[in-house]
Amino acid sequence: MAPDPVIIERVNGLASKIRRSVLERSRAANVGHIGSSLSVVEIMATLWGGLMREAGTNRPDRDRFVLCKGHAALALYAAMHHGGIMSAETLATYCADGTHLGVHPEACLEGIDVATGSLGQGLSVACGLAHGLRLRRSPARVFALLSDAECNEGQVWEAAQFAAHHGLSHLTAIIDLNGSQALGPTREVLNLGPMAARWEAFGWEAVEVDGHDTAGLAEILAPRGVGKPRVVVARTVLGKGVKYMEGQVAWHYLSMTAAQFDEAISGLEAA
Amino acid sequence: MRNALVDQLRQLAREDARIFLLTADLGWSVVESFAGEFPDRFLNVGVAEQNMAGIATGLAMLGYRPFIYSIANFAALRCFEQIRNGPVLHRLPVCVVGIGGGYAYGAAGPSHHALEDLAALRALPGMRVVAPADPAQTRTVVSAVLRQEDPVYLRVGKGGNAAVPGLDGRFAWNEPAIIREGTDILFLATGAMALESLAAAELLAARGLSASVGVMAHLPAEPTPELVDILRGHRAVLTAEEGTLTGGLSSLAGQAIAREGLACRLLCAGVTGRLAGPVGSRNHMLQRQGLDAASLAAMAAARLNQAPAARAA
Repeated sequence: MAPDPVIIERVNGLASKIRRSVLERSRAANVGHIGSSLSVVEIMATLWGGLMREAGTNRPDRDRFVLCKGHAALALYAAMHHGGIMSAETLATYCADGTHLGVHPEACLEGIDVATGSLGQGLSVACGLAHGLRLRRSPARVFALLSDAECNEGQVWEAAQFAAHHGLSHLTAIIDLNGSQALGPTREVLNLGPMAARWEAFGWEAVEVDGHDTAGLAEILAPRGVGKPRVVVARTVLGKGVKYMEGQVAWHYLSMTAAQFDEAISGLEAA
Repeated sequence: MRNALVDQLRQLAREDARIFLLTADLGWSVVESFAGEFPDRFLNVGVAEQNMAGIATGLAMLGYRPFIYSIANFAALRCFEQIRNGPVLHRLPVCVVGIGGGYAYGAAGPSHHALEDLAALRALPGMRVVAPADPAQTRTVVSAVLRQEDPVYLRVGKGGNAAVPGLDGRFAWNEPAIIREGTDILFLATGAMALESLAAAELLAARGLSASVGVMAHLPAEPTPELVDILRGHRAVLTAEEGTLTGGLSSLAGQAIAREGLACRLLCAGVTGRLAGPVGSRNHMLQRQGLDAASLAAMAAARLNQAPAARAA
């Protein structure tokens, strides 16, 4: 069923705000990991813009979100802020001394259940949550957002085998397939293709989608009972929305100068 | 000890619906009784310890009390970072169960010798590290683990651990259980070294030397008042641990002595040298490392015979 266009328009508006906040907070804190935060903006907007039920509450049946690629926490904070869960004052503390909003997320904030930052570990925790929620007959779903290079880690595939064996159909993994990792393109560092086929071989239902198309994401991420865990392979662009960052490996780590920030914001406003 | 552990868990699980047992495909003829009685609260995750630590973290977030079971090195060292970033960072009451501590798997070879587990996990802030001495104390420890909220590393032996006379299942956090009173030296032992230390004390008695024996199952991060009190009451202590000396029981006792300025002299018995080398039964490995009762007694006697007080006597 096609998603409601009114909802999609709202989610797209949310994505624009998240993208701008990512740039503003990165600049204010003079911190990098911008490219990997920008590639997941539409995914975050879709999940936190109404798709996840009771997100950001502490209700036992809330949907859970695990940011396995913890280095994109700024996009999560911005999504939580524009989703009405985190105050502007809290968001403004990003990477300041004494903050709980570090480059990688801590679990002390409502809405963040799992602290991450060490790649490859999040999906296992998501599996534990999914298994336990099912035992408790909870309707909650569990979403795990991984980076593509995170799939270099063997533990991801331990978790993938577990989820398939136990038929965790309320678990959805989303792979941010931006094709770039710290030191180079993923195809050159450690070729991961074909990503969807690998997950299918491990017993998952795999679907590919344009990771910047919120309508496509909303449709793919809607609940459906298939008896298998599902992986959404989201084709994305590193640094999406800032022309000089798009697809450029350096923007995995770099922070922006004042001039680069101005150029990025002008680009957003012109788009 | 592993049978006592699983049996105690099974009995407690009848009243406590939070208890969850996970294994990474180990525990043949040990875990089946629990799995049979509580199929919903048992998982064999396959040979995947890192994933097991993560799953336990997720289950603990939902209020379960997961016990994750494997051979000590695989449970403790293979997934050290997963334990750190999961139960420790999130302050969740996951109990990591390491089977076959020390040289319990003697002839299985160096991959199965668990020698650094106690020190490594003791370095994790907020982690409680416990090595019970015999099956009865293991049962008490399992109950004690469930009455507190910290993550725990529970190192036990394999099968066939004899009861330690005088211990009678006693256990309290932070303090040694005294199983023999003496005046010349204190044997302070953790885990299965309690039995060797008690035997060493008896060998000394036959030579006219009087030794206390304390069982320090819990290895706290810092010296505790209870430990300091017992060290203050002795002129010498011989720590006995089935593991490397760095960061374990001897380090704890040494820190207590130095910090408090105690007059108690410290002798350390533990595993030294490289990992590789000839292997054999646990007893063989203990003898090679000077950790059997005769070696412990000889080490203590040599010290006492040098000591001015002992010479005067």
